[in-house]
Amino acid sequence: MKYKNIPDQNGYFGDFGGCFVSETLMPAIEELKETFVKMRKDKKFQNELKSYLKNYVGRPTPLYFAEKLSKKFQFKLYLKREDLCHTGAHKINNALAQVLLAKKMGKTRVIAETGAGQHGVATATAASLLGLKCRVYMGTEDMRRQSLNVFRMQLLGTEVIGIDSGSKTLKDAINEAFRDWVTHVKDTHYVLGTAFGAHPYPYMVREFMSVIGTEAYKQIKKAEKRLPDAVIACVGGGSNAIGIFSSFIKDKKVRLIGVEAGGKGIESGLHAARFAGGRVGVFQGTKSYLLQDENGQALTTHSVSAGLDYASVGPEHSFLREIKRASYSYATDEEALNGFSTLAKEEGIIPALESSHAVGYLISHAEEFKNQLIILNLSGRGDKDVIQVKEIMENMQ
Amino acid sequence: MNKITKVFEELLKKNQKAFIPYLTAGDPDIETTEKILELYASNGADIIEIGVPFSDPMADGPVIQAAMERALKNSISLKKILNLVSNFKKKYSTPIILMGYLNPFFSYGFEKFAKDAKASGVDGILSVDLPPEEATPFYKALKNQEIISIFLATPVTNQKRLHAIQKFAEGFIYMVSVAGVTGERKNLDEGLIEKIQEVKKTIRLPVALGFGISSPEMIQKYYSHLDGFIVGSALINRMENDLKNQSPFEELKTFFLSLAKVCH
Repeated sequence: MKYKNIPDQNGYFGDFGGCFVSETLMPAIEELKETFVKMRKDKKFQNELKSYLKNYVGRPTPLYFAEKLSKKFQFKLYLKREDLCHTGAHKINNALAQVLLAKKMGKTRVIAETGAGQHGVATATAASLLGLKCRVYMGTEDMRRQSLNVFRMQLLGTEVIGIDSGSKTLKDAINEAFRDWVTHVKDTHYVLGTAFGAHPYPYMVREFMSVIGTEAYKQIKKAEKRLPDAVIACVGGGSNAIGIFSSFIKDKKVRLIGVEAGGKGIESGLHAARFAGGRVGVFQGTKSYLLQDENGQALTTHSVSAGLDYASVGPEHSFLREIKRASYSYATDEEALNGFSTLAKEEGIIPALESSHAVGYLISHAEEFKNQLIILNLSGRGDKDVIQVKEIMENMQ
Repeated sequence: MNKITKVFEELLKKNQKAFIPYLTAGDPDIETTEKILELYASNGADIIEIGVPFSDPMADGPVIQAAMERALKNSISLKKILNLVSNFKKKYSTPIILMGYLNPFFSYGFEKFAKDAKASGVDGILSVDLPPEEATPFYKALKNQEIISIFLATPVTNQKRLHAIQKFAEGFIYMVSVAGVTGERKNLDEGLIEKIQEVKKTIRLPVALGFGISSPEMIQKYYSHLDGFIVGSALINRMENDLKNQSPFEELKTFFLSLAKVCH
């Protein structure tokens, strides 16, 4: 099957995607779809967004040549520095755009879910900037792991609601955000944080994240006069990965590699590697790969990183894998922690635990990438993770 | 004619409303569900709605969420639920609707499920997260087995959506009383009656009201505008009290009878 840049009118990427929500949400979803399609071509909206991305977020982010790490492992590695975005991760690209969109729709309130807290902080920031009320849902297990981000959101004037049901992580926060949306559908926009959920979210979030790929494409051509051999990114819901992949999909010689959370290993069952351990299901609005039991119940996932700890994956990734345009592998908690400390020591960059999965994968497979030109999407910075990593390191001793 | 349509037609002749109680299958175990199904069927239920537990019930409030969690802890499955229906149908003819989320049905396989559901005596299916735009494959599989598909209409459903729903809806329209999740409420949506009238004008099917119904008085208030009433969380709350008090479902039964009485 040929890759098409835009999903069909029902939001399908091949067999994946679609729009599986209750009837109460359908009018809001349709309004969102119409507004997004209109604003995509609206020069005023696009200019306003561009101006915020430049002057507020700090775009374009650098494409940095990681010289020491490259020398050590004998590849040529560039890092796309999304960690240098305002609020510390790529999440702001989408959050800001969606809150701006919400304002255009006349909504006065936004809600969001968050796992690692980065999307919550980004949405809280955009809401504060653009003057909308904001509430963020977060699993209590994630609040424990990411207490610093909880406080940051509160400082930004956002109400953070802890979710104590189910696995107390990202998927439960999404359920609760949907419940809030159903109840306040007239005045509220749901700022979904990843390229997941019901159409138009996977498409819309990719479009808002594609700025990463657009920049990286130009930057690598300028720096190296050629395209990379591989582009690597971590995949939770998959927004940073689809953002950087989107510009390289048409250049078939560029390998696209997504890295999922391997947790304590696939055999242990304690992981969030949907492609390694899942099958197709319908979950939280979309049809994609899902970690589920034999009866179609979503399984509890595990990852050291809250942002990758999720039972399903964006439908466009399922499609890219199906047509063999992208491949997906995983890094275990241990490999991610190795990526975390190696990048800190070698390059003076502390990456987010999510992005550390991509780094850890690359280090473990260094031999395979020998002499190759690689772009790795460093989706976020690790300030939020240092306390957790400290605890883990102390426990290991 | 399917049994659900027949129930509404017969009640209309008697100038009565359909009373449709809900329970979550396997909450907290299969034995309890069997007992409650019998209680419902022998005390005036016209149709029974059985909830299929799902790990992520996005449209449900805390009461049904908790019920589903309890059921899943005791490893309820669609297969066990079909078995439950099959046993129930040996004794009772009350029509059964399974209400749930799409993935357990999808995981079972639409064709295989429709066949097994028919064999067990299931009369209708309502998948909450399946809007008409996505309904075709499941709808066709069910239609082949003469099982009807039920759809929701809500206070925010507009004309365009009603026309989309009309293409697939059979039996009756499940009118959601509030923009929100399931659970007992003191008041329902302000413009509800106008919306019910709009639905009735567009779709030629009986309309039953669900979500939020908490008392016989509430049913009385909307009685003349509707063809049936669905009650879920309010019944589960009573059942839970009975389980806590180790009473043989006395509170549940008293409340149940008061609801059945206003409907008939």
